[in-house]
Amino acid sequence: MILLDYKDSRPIYEQVVEKLQELMLLGVLEEDAQMPSVRSLATELSINPNTIQRAYGELERNGFLYTVKGRGSFVGSIRRLRESRREEFEEKLLTLAREAGNIGLSRAEFMEAAGKAYERGAPAPLPENEEKAADSSAWRDRASTDSRKGDEEG
Amino acid sequence: MIEAVNLTKRFDDIVAVDHIHATIREGSVFGLIGTNGAGKSTFLRMAAGVLRPDEGTVTIDGMQVFENEEAKRRFFYISDDQYFFANATPLDMMQYYRIVYPGFDEERFHKLLANFGLDEKRRINTFSKGMKKQVSVVCGVCAMTEYLFCDETFDGLDPVMRQAVKSIFANDMEERNLTPIIASHNLRELEDICDHVGLLHRGGILLSRELDEMKMNIHKVQCVLREGCMPESLGLDIMKTERRGKLVTLTVRGSLNEVELRMQSADPVFYETIPLSLEEIFISETEVVGYDIKKIIF
Repeated sequence: MILLDYKDSRPIYEQVVEKLQELMLLGVLEEDAQMPSVRSLATELSINPNTIQRAYGELERNGFLYTVKGRGSFVGSIRRLRESRREEFEEKLLTLAREAGNIGLSRAEFMEAAGKAYERGAPAPLPENEEKAADSSAWRDRASTDSRKGDEEG
Repeated sequence: MIEAVNLTKRFDDIVAVDHIHATIREGSVFGLIGTNGAGKSTFLRMAAGVLRPDEGTVTIDGMQVFENEEAKRRFFYISDDQYFFANATPLDMMQYYRIVYPGFDEERFHKLLANFGLDEKRRINTFSKGMKKQVSVVCGVCAMTEYLFCDETFDGLDPVMRQAVKSIFANDMEERNLTPIIASHNLRELEDICDHVGLLHRGGILLSRELDEMKMNIHKVQCVLREGCMPESLGLDIMKTERRGKLVTLTVRGSLNEVELRMQSADPVFYETIPLSLEEIFISETEVVGYDIKKIIF
């Protein structure tokens, strides 16, 4: 479920934290869903279970994960995760703005470039909860038609 | 816990292990790295009770190891030059280990051998080098010991097998608190799996620390300094200085905060800090004590 980049100079637990956060934001790991056990994730990735433990600890400290004794870990507040990622994003934006200033972009030019980038890169906004349920069933339907199509071709 | 106190071993006039103090805690992966002939294998052989220390002690969970069966049941030692009985098959080896290790998991042994695609009735001396390593690893994990000593065990395995063995270790660490102690030259690999690293050089331990802590206390700084400003005047604990024109590359000790603060106060034209890989740490630390590639090449 996670791909690690061994060329990345960051510690592995940081990569695991980031990848798990991404899965939460994408809705692959939904709120209150059970997280894979430390053992299964460590075995799957062939890495030290202490590394996974540490990543889970980090996520738990920020409230993105909670542990029920004897039952395992569960996905915490996604809203809180979004908020925290938003703060990180604003920090990044500041760096970009500084760079824009350095190469002589005006405010208007910067805004225009940002607008264009948003249109190209940002996915459609995430639907609300009720819609999401409908949406995921639509996705299932599509997946099943796809597989049927595959059958016919085969 | 494995504890070495003042551990020393001499072979004639060579001091292979020189008054080492080390502690290996349970539930973590301990990586043993070191220059060639640093004493890694000798250390492991004493920890495994193969060699008797000349001075000092090594204890496993408080017990002396040498000629102590009780202590020897707690670990399995995969030596670099593995030994199998003459004409033995994996099955024969299992019969033997079952006597030594009361907790030996036979069912798992058959299952793992099948998974690894090894014929348990074929003579081991007809196996390739890598396959022999696999037999040792399977015996090692099935002995269900608290500790597993691996002397360059990964080095003979192909990438797929490495992953498989690492997965088995990860599983056993979680399931039964296995403590692998791994001596290796493959620093990139150790970096990924170790919690704690001991660096040996000429029989002594240069450093033994949590890997993360080790990485947090050594940094590389690339900078262009203002005219007339010398790197020595920055107040940093410099291990190494390299100059390429105006660009200065420093290897320094200290936390990131400390280093950045010092750099900022010197107001350089440009600077950036880069974390070091375990390999770079290894080279820097051994270079300081005079193990320098340049001396070897030229």
